[in-house]
Amino acid sequence: MDIRIEQASLRWQHHCVFSNLNLSLPAGHWTSILGQSGVGKSSLLQLLCGIADDAEIEGRIECSDGRPLQGRVAWMAQQDLLLPWLSLLDNVLLGARLRQGTPSAEQKELGHYLLQQVGLADRALSLPAQLSGGQRQRVALARTLFQDQPLICMDEPFSALDAITRLRLQDLAAKLLSGRTVLMITHDPLEALRLSDRIQVLRGTPAHLTDPLLPSGTVPRSVDAPEVLEYQGRLLRMLAEDTP
Amino acid sequence: MMSLLRGVTLGLGLLLLWQLIVWLTQAPHFILPGPVRVLETLINQFPLLMKHAGVTLAEILLGLLLGTLLGLGSALSLVTWGSLRRWLLPVLVISQAIPVFALAPVLMLWLGYGMASKVAMATLIIYFPVTAACFDGLRQTPTGYLQLARTLGASRRTLLLQIRLPAALPAFGSGLRVAASVAPIGAVVGEWVGSSTGLGYLMLNANARMQVDLMFAALLVLAVMALGLYFSVNLIARRLTPWVSESTSSNFRGHSA
Repeated sequence: MDIRIEQASLRWQHHCVFSNLNLSLPAGHWTSILGQSGVGKSSLLQLLCGIADDAEIEGRIECSDGRPLQGRVAWMAQQDLLLPWLSLLDNVLLGARLRQGTPSAEQKELGHYLLQQVGLADRALSLPAQLSGGQRQRVALARTLFQDQPLICMDEPFSALDAITRLRLQDLAAKLLSGRTVLMITHDPLEALRLSDRIQVLRGTPAHLTDPLLPSGTVPRSVDAPEVLEYQGRLLRMLAEDTP
Repeated sequence: MMSLLRGVTLGLGLLLLWQLIVWLTQAPHFILPGPVRVLETLINQFPLLMKHAGVTLAEILLGLLLGTLLGLGSALSLVTWGSLRRWLLPVLVISQAIPVFALAPVLMLWLGYGMASKVAMATLIIYFPVTAACFDGLRQTPTGYLQLARTLGASRRTLLLQIRLPAALPAFGSGLRVAASVAPIGAVVGEWVGSSTGLGYLMLNANARMQVDLMFAALLVLAVMALGLYFSVNLIARRLTPWVSESTSSNFRGHSA
């Protein structure tokens, strides 16, 4: 399912951050948006997720199947947002728990399978407090996958992790999310280049989106691939120009 | 094991200090009886003390139960209905300007000399701290949890029961701890104002008859009861919130630490 945002505009403290912004998310592609903080990229993502209430953002969202997007987005944030009173398995099953109370046997099986996919099968009954930051974000990834929605929105999902853990999680995410429609917000050009099919930069005042950059090759791309390094330099220069 | 040793040492130290003050000041036994004398009375009058302690304990527990349920209910309603909050919150704050002690005679007048007026006192005295703690806890749910629940399609009711309420449990636990430590005050003050049973009655009665050793024995029983209550509630609160690390859940840890 293709998704388009049209005529999105964001006002913050009585000035215009962006207006007339269009963004398309082709089905099955991983789109990343890079940009400085405060440029409104998180608000754009929250608009898609239906959780933007503080910012004065508006825009029209169109799905190629003609139905509204509301309720069909899986959101993964920078914080893992695991509920500390639920076991890892129950955290993965949270969507089912909140909508129908008790998850079915198949859903539990799926939860176990997803925990196994993120390498935490033997910790299913642990509490989140017993996990490291990287492990917690793995569970958040499993929870996002469990929702099985046509769009996955990730807001700097790995930026709170150390460099090595971040690379490992990027590999895992690339493997588990292949073939899905993903929108990822990040400020790390390398992260975007390793994982995305399309990269756009949100820049300027009022902000606009650059034409998509389309890196070649299969994801996750190697950190030292020549193309990745070249693009990384270009993107970093572009982002540095924006810094006042 | 270390903390048990520490507790025993602390207890013995306090008894020794007490005895020292008695020796140094040469206070007559009807002003300040020594610990030995009080312990003797405690043993001799044990059935009498227990009879009154049972009544006081029942009042405290009933007050604690009612006050907690009322407080929790009020906090939930305040969070659920925003318009109610604007009307009820000022009333709650104003009600705190009236000292509960000043209400004791009126409660006696309305509810009689029996247990009801004491339970009402204990309920009233803990109602506000419990409500305030629960309300604060329910309001301070991390926004991330709420946003996540919204993207997961949770209804308002589910949001309250499955996200806000469990997230407020640590705050609820602190409210409960405060309640456990002030509920005995309510019950005893109620007994002082007018009653025919209970430790408060016994203390006042013994005091009037210059049986200061009996008064001290009653005080000791009351203190042990209050401590026991506090630590039980603390234990329950910790069981309710196993994810909260022990060092942050309470600064006062009992023998179980």
